[in-house]
Amino acid sequence: MKADPIGVATGSHYMDGDHACAEGAMAAGCRFFAGYPITPSTEVAERISERFPMIGGIFIQMEDELASMAAVGAAAWAGTKSMTVTSGPGFSLMMENIGLAAMIESPCVVVNVQRGGPSTGLPTLTGQADMMQARWGSHGDYEIIAISPNSPQECFDLTITAFNLSERWRVPVLFMMDECVGHMTEKVVIPEANKIDVTPRKFYKGDKKKYKPHKLDGSANIAPMIKAGDGYFIHITGLTHDNRGYPIINAEAQDINVRHLVDKIRNNEEMIRIIEEDQIEDAEVIVLSYGITSRVALKAVNEARAKGVKVGILRLIVVWPFPESLIRELSRKIKTFVVPEINMGQISLEVERCCEGRAKTIHVPHAGGWVHDPDDILKVIVKGAK
Amino acid sequence: MNNPDVQPLTDTLHIPQPEEELPHPMEEFLRTERLPHIWCSTCGIGTVITAFITGLQKSGLEREKVAVVSGIGCSGRAAGYLRLDSFHSTHGRAIPFATGLALGNPELKLVVISGDGDIIAIGGNHFIHAARRNINLSIICINNFNYAMTGGQAGPTTPIEANASTAPYGCYEFPFNLPHLAESSGAVYVARWTSLHIRRLTNSISEALLKPGFSFIEVISPCPTLYARRNRLGTGLDLMRFYHDNAKIKHGTDTRKLDIEYQDEIIVGKFLDKDKPTFLEKRDDFLKSKLGDKFVPYMGPKA
Ligand SMILES: Cc1ncc(C[n+]2csc(CCOP(=O)(O)OP(=O)(O)O)c2C)c(N)n1
Ligand code: SF4
Ligand SMILES: [Mg+2]
Repeated sequence: MKADPIGVATGSHYMDGDHACAEGAMAAGCRFFAGYPITPSTEVAERISERFPMIGGIFIQMEDELASMAAVGAAAWAGTKSMTVTSGPGFSLMMENIGLAAMIESPCVVVNVQRGGPSTGLPTLTGQADMMQARWGSHGDYEIIAISPNSPQECFDLTITAFNLSERWRVPVLFMMDECVGHMTEKVVIPEANKIDVTPRKFYKGDKKKYKPHKLDGSANIAPMIKAGDGYFIHITGLTHDNRGYPIINAEAQDINVRHLVDKIRNNEEMIRIIEEDQIEDAEVIVLSYGITSRVALKAVNEARAKGVKVGILRLIVVWPFPESLIRELSRKIKTFVVPEINMGQISLEVERCCEGRAKTIHVPHAGGWVHDPDDILKVIVKGAK
Repeated sequence: MNNPDVQPLTDTLHIPQPEEELPHPMEEFLRTERLPHIWCSTCGIGTVITAFITGLQKSGLEREKVAVVSGIGCSGRAAGYLRLDSFHSTHGRAIPFATGLALGNPELKLVVISGDGDIIAIGGNHFIHAARRNINLSIICINNFNYAMTGGQAGPTTPIEANASTAPYGCYEFPFNLPHLAESSGAVYVARWTSLHIRRLTNSISEALLKPGFSFIEVISPCPTLYARRNRLGTGLDLMRFYHDNAKIKHGTDTRKLDIEYQDEIIVGKFLDKDKPTFLEKRDDFLKSKLGDKFVPYMGPKA
């Protein structure tokens, strides 16, 4: 399906990542927003509050992030595409209801413009230290999809991708920006509506009595949804449930329910995967990065190439589910993965795990507040090639 | 029935027994395949469900357009037994979850049925803000003076002196007066009944369902298994008798005067019924006045 022109601000703009994310959401068909202000994400909410009344969307500033996330997960069952936006402390408060959205398979998008943590940390400065929280921050086993953009243009494009993936897989998609990308202003080209692909909600059409809100088989064939108010009389619960959505409290039902939530994402990782590779054909060292750090890493890679080091770059755009099979395969061919991140070691642990000792993994840490100095990455690349 | 002095009820009343098994009169509204339910015998929650179904039928509302949301707790299991669009959310978040549905599909009337702990303790902030905004929600708060589901702990409505598993020497915290909290937060309809007042509760529920905006009904309800047993108040039936003797109907009472003391008079009635634009009515009128032709009303979910 093509985007509804009413939500698409076609043209060439000069805008920051936060605003571009808001525009991406509107182009993707998001018409319900609930949020609570927090630096450095507030500009997303501000733009939506300004534009929604003119495109037929509902904006509500809730009393906190618990409420915002609960409302967003529910709005999916009203039939709308819904989103919330936050940063570190608010992300922590959203966790329980992100788990609910995962459990009841509500498609929705949660934007986290990451700042330095823990706690109040660095409200105005960048970080990438919520990546592990994005994956499993809510209790229990489940999988989500997480996307990490590295420019305002990508904040636009990939927010649309986030909505499309959330509809495709009926899962919350976490849009993991960071303060640098959120506040960076660059050219953003918004195409015409008929050039933007959006995934419509897959609605069930059939015998009302036969509708089942879940299909708990872990396959890529996801159950269609219905809208509350259409007379299906569905039941939806955060308790362990069967495909009717009825609670069942035993180990067998748990096995079916949890495996489904995990398998539908993990087993279909290659379908969900979005990465960018450059110069990896002959590489002995691969710099694996995501978000703003990928732009800094590129400079280091180019300088290392100029020095004759055989180094390539692998950028994760979809960070979760993690491309395990790809990392395994590459680890057979190269000497070292260099993983710069603005945290003390998160995605690097996944890389190391998948290498299983076949290749080295060197993490380049940064506690947050600013991006890496490319020289620091360069030094590690040179070391990794030895 | 081993007591020879007691005759079976059917004999004394000469009730004719039907030859075929008749369907339960509320079957249509219950997920009968989920029965038996989890509630203890003589628990007051079942009465509230009955009153709700009857109130809903009386209201004449189209059943498809009514959805129920519960939080977590014994009372929070209400949604799971009602054959309506029904949602069992997280502890304390029934109101914001219902807000997402109510704003996402404005054709719906959302009803929140949940407990005192769920709505007023962990969810208290959502309660006051949803009332302030006048979101189109009917809240039915089953107040059994304790956290029953988790084993009878003290909560925000436990009266001073009452014993609870986390107040083993008696509760010494001041409880909330729920109708006053609702009114002062902005609710448009406020009532309190006990689960003995079935007819009046049913009427209140149908009035609340037909009232646009944030309506609130507190139902004082026996928890024989935990609250009553811990406090040696007898069975569910004994509590019903207590309500019979101690509940005073005083419509229109100033909500400031509705505190409930331990095992003391309970004032019940309808205390508030006023008109105020709902969140969406206010929003639409306001934005229209500011934006003129540029304003595009929410079109509801896309088919
Ligand atoms: C976040 C969270 N904290 C605590 C609990 C445990 N818990 C479940 S129900 C409940 C209290 C319910 O009390 P109330 O709402 O009064 O319902 P009742 O069981 O009395 O009907 C608590 C504390 C939970 N499920 N989630
Ligand atoms: S524990 Fe109390 S509130 Fe819960 S079902 Fe039993 S009697 Fe009712
Ligand atoms: Mg209770």
